[in-house]
Amino acid sequence: MSAGPNPPSPPQVKALNCPGCGAAITLRSLNQAVSVVCEHCHSILDAQDPRLTILQKFQAATDEGRPLIPLGTRGTIRGTLYEAVGFQRRTIQVDGIPYSWHEYVLFNPYKGFRYLTEYNGHWNDTSILRALPTVNSGYGSPSVTYLGQTYKHFQSAQAAASFVLGEFPWQVRVGETAEVSDFVSPPRVISSERTGKEITWSMGEYISGADIWKAFKLLGSPPERIGVYENQPSPFTADVTRIWLAFIGFLVLVVVMFIGFEASARNEQVFQGDYHFDPRDRSEPSFVTDVFQLKGRTSNLELKTDANVNNSWIYLNYALINQDTGQAYDFGREVSYYHGYDSDGAWTEGKNNDTVVIPSVPPGNYYFRIEPEAEVAPGPIYYTITAKRDVPQASFFGLALLALLIPAGLITWRSMNFEHMRWAESDCAPSNGGSTASSFITSIMNRGDDD
Amino acid sequence: MIQPAANCPNCGAKIVFRWSSSVQTVCEFCKSILVRTDVDLKKVGKVADLPPNSSPIQIGTEGVYQHQAFVAVGRIIYEYDQGTWNEWHIVRNNGSAWLSDAQDEYAVTFAAPGRKLPAASEAQVGQPFSWDNVTYTVTTVTQAHYRGVEGELPFQYWDKNDVVFVDLMSADGKFATLDYSDETPVLYLGEAVEFDALKLQNLRSFEGWS
Repeated sequence: MSAGPNPPSPPQVKALNCPGCGAAITLRSLNQAVSVVCEHCHSILDAQDPRLTILQKFQAATDEGRPLIPLGTRGTIRGTLYEAVGFQRRTIQVDGIPYSWHEYVLFNPYKGFRYLTEYNGHWNDTSILRALPTVNSGYGSPSVTYLGQTYKHFQSAQAAASFVLGEFPWQVRVGETAEVSDFVSPPRVISSERTGKEITWSMGEYISGADIWKAFKLLGSPPERIGVYENQPSPFTADVTRIWLAFIGFLVLVVVMFIGFEASARNEQVFQGDYHFDPRDRSEPSFVTDVFQLKGRTSNLELKTDANVNNSWIYLNYALINQDTGQAYDFGREVSYYHGYDSDGAWTEGKNNDTVVIPSVPPGNYYFRIEPEAEVAPGPIYYTITAKRDVPQASFFGLALLALLIPAGLITWRSMNFEHMRWAESDCAPSNGGSTASSFITSIMNRGDDD
Repeated sequence: MIQPAANCPNCGAKIVFRWSSSVQTVCEFCKSILVRTDVDLKKVGKVADLPPNSSPIQIGTEGVYQHQAFVAVGRIIYEYDQGTWNEWHIVRNNGSAWLSDAQDEYAVTFAAPGRKLPAASEAQVGQPFSWDNVTYTVTTVTQAHYRGVEGELPFQYWDKNDVVFVDLMSADGKFATLDYSDETPVLYLGEAVEFDALKLQNLRSFEGWS
């Protein structure tokens, strides 16, 4: 099918002159621009008027920030080639302090307009929404729902264009304000802009400066990111999920291993001896036990000391000595047991026995060297020592779990810290109370009755 | 597609209809607005030069919507304070629909007669209305004026003045327009569409853009 005998002549980039200063004006977005700004004399011109009537002139400092993406630069965003055609700086006042961000207008003659925004090195790829978000009023923090996803209110402010350059698909004016509200669900942000009664909704998706530099083949490197941005995806969210999944995996493994060790532990008694110690006896208290054999693999050895202490204590200096190699394991254990009555009633402290586990004892022939100590007063103390080979050991597994919990906890803490830094900038931060938000929500809900 | 042929009563050029049910067309040569009668074509007016417009769609552009092929056969251009927009008359399956292009934002709509419609004064920004169990909210009220026509239309439409359009959106991307051009408002229901989803062919070409 033909387009008819007189197809419209293909539109071209129009060459026009600024009525203010005579400088050449280029219309990159064909006939789609509504406003175009002369970059020489800062006149805002009516791009829909063939005479380019001057709508506003604004003052710009000579050191005014130039766009990082020069107008006329082309780059591919999500598979479509776009040309940077417009640039504006917008400013909000928070507690009397101005904060500015930059917006780039991108154009493709088939796909239309798209926007890139930049604040402190944080970039968003933004498009106008084609469906209407639902504003959730009522109790709780304000939010909007869009296509089933909830976006939490982050900030509302009066934003004014403070510097403009190039082309815009709306009537742009320096100084004109719009009520801007952001609702976030990282990596996306839904923004509403209200001028008069009309609200324009857009959605931004966080994009790295490096990706933009690559897309537009820009020289140098993108500006350094400062702080955490409202919809910046947390680098920890995925990690937190992963590490806890790993933790659960290890937990299962450790439990299985524990059950396995418990079942396979021989828990075999290898030595038992009954002794008594009389502190009044002035002879050398130390002695050695009979030799006993430890068979099988290198494993632990549990030593239990039972003593008939009664409001007294006994301290035993132990040495487990390998008869074949002479290797000694030295350790001291105390058994103490006290009880009585006081104003709170009966009390006890300590107990009649003590258990210690010596890890990794190789097989061989062993004996104990024992040197008891005690107070003179209570008289002779009778005690029994019992050695068991290859006992199941829960504490080892507990330590393993603790070791796994530390990185999981650390990453979770870092993630929470990231979210804290994000929300510290929000109107909804606990200290700010979110009053702007509620007034904005109220105004959205009531705007149908304005006049 | 039936293409009944006739001659322009003004200049004698051959007039070919792409759509058999077209009521009005514009002679491509002398720009006469022609209305079909039972027997022939009647000249009712002449189209002034169309304003510069950068819609990538043109008469003869083909595409696919809801698995049905369509072709653009005509359009109405409106002008408002932010420039112009196009309502492309597309035909598919011998039925008529509209593909609007406002600054390259696209929507496909169909005339939806028989619904209860609000008066223009009732349709304020933010006001919700429900048709066919879908709730639409008024997003814009646009004062526009008719700026020109091209090609075939399903009704007589020329020599209009200021008109009011009320655009509405739903939460799931449905789109509605209330057209207050005539005394009886007309409702169009449809949805916003992505450019790529329409698989458009025979588009205009733009220098420097392939």
